[in-house]
Amino acid sequence: MNIKKNWWKILASVCLLYTVIEGFIGEVPAREILNETIRNLYFHVPMWFGMMTLLFISVIYGIRHLRNGRMRDDLIARESAHAGVAMGILGLITGSLWARYTWGTWWTSDTKLNGAAITMLIYFAYFVLRGSVEDEQKRARLSAVYSIFAFVMMMVFIMILPRMEDSLHPGNGGNPGFSKYDLDSKMRMVFYPAVLGWILLGVWIMTIRVRIATLENQLHEPTFTDHPTL
Amino acid sequence: MPKIREEENLIFVSVPSPLGGLSTRIMLKEIRLLLYKEFMLESRQKQSLNGIILYLVSTIFVCKMSFRSLPQPAAWNALFWIIMLFASVNAAGKSFIQDSRARFVYMYTLASPQAIIIAKVLYNMLLMLLLSIIGFVVYVILLGGNPIQNMPLFLADVVLGSMGFSCVLTTMSAIASRTSNSFTLMAVLSFPILLPLLMTVLKISKNALDGLDPAISYKYLLILASINVITGVLSYLLFPYLWKD
Repeated sequence: MNIKKNWWKILASVCLLYTVIEGFIGEVPAREILNETIRNLYFHVPMWFGMMTLLFISVIYGIRHLRNGRMRDDLIARESAHAGVAMGILGLITGSLWARYTWGTWWTSDTKLNGAAITMLIYFAYFVLRGSVEDEQKRARLSAVYSIFAFVMMMVFIMILPRMEDSLHPGNGGNPGFSKYDLDSKMRMVFYPAVLGWILLGVWIMTIRVRIATLENQLHEPTFTDHPTL
Repeated sequence: MPKIREEENLIFVSVPSPLGGLSTRIMLKEIRLLLYKEFMLESRQKQSLNGIILYLVSTIFVCKMSFRSLPQPAAWNALFWIIMLFASVNAAGKSFIQDSRARFVYMYTLASPQAIIIAKVLYNMLLMLLLSIIGFVVYVILLGGNPIQNMPLFLADVVLGSMGFSCVLTTMSAIASRTSNSFTLMAVLSFPILLPLLMTVLKISKNALDGLDPAISYKYLLILASINVITGVLSYLLFPYLWKD
């Protein structure tokens, strides 16, 4: 294994090992209502960081594809969206569980929750769009255009909606963020590595999926091997 | 339709990248001609416009029969905009889906993609304004009385809302028209993207309905206007990538 090229994979593994061990058996501040569920901070919140990073990568590669027309950029855009949506779903599940034990319900109509749901709807639509176009080049271009449009509108939605409605979610609608619960900054020592670890894991999964898809393309279309871009 | 003169025709064809290549004068002329073409087509195929209007009126009638009356302003407001949303998606959906493949190609040899998208957006905006006005009148007649206390604010909301809807829906229609199941995709692609717009429009029209101090709504009008600018710029920049095959 090439350390110079793959150091970030080692970093991801170390960060995640640390997160899981310290997250489950480490000391956490005792707070009412939250109790032990406060540990979910290390798993629920980084999922959204990971998702946003991957979706951002997806949009960047979409723009790159529009500029140079390379199919590899489209492949990366697609797989980033896949990995990002997977992390989003995990974020929804962990959030739903957390809401059950703190707010008393699996799902409630809340700004942050609606934003998350819309993000999922947009990216499911993105996959449906990809599935409905036969021609490769056309599919890449249409989905890149859609993902740029959708990503910008999603950011707008996430920014304007909290100004219109109140929220239960920490860090929204006048609620304090988690920094208030974490008075001695002990949780930060786990939270930051957790965010880094989950983001890197998401990117890692994406690169593996890109490699698998590239191999599959070569298998089905042998001419791809002498194509310089794939 | 006025004939495009031979030399202008040559100019359009010979500019390889329309981004920055065309002068504003030619662009404006193209937009004017394309808008004229849209109106001409619409006046010749009246059934498609009539179809949309009938769709709107029937939907309102179905709502009237199902709800009987809507005493709550919030429900009145939401229902009106949901009906408008569906009518708009249908109306804008046809703007590219309706065009045949051959006409598509022919158009692009005559005009720049930027002119085409601006003309389509403007045309759809006018169409949506028309639909909103017809929809509002029928809605008020069928669902008993006009509860809106601040009519100018409501009208400003309708105008800005139509602009935003038109920008988003025209681009989505351009995307959907290139796929194999365009009608499903039109709704699936547009609804999540339209939500920020719809939420803002709903908020302003609710304020107009309740007759709140207009000063409260200026913030939302500003948000709505900036969403329109964002969607307009995105449509303008991204459309040239949609039409080539």
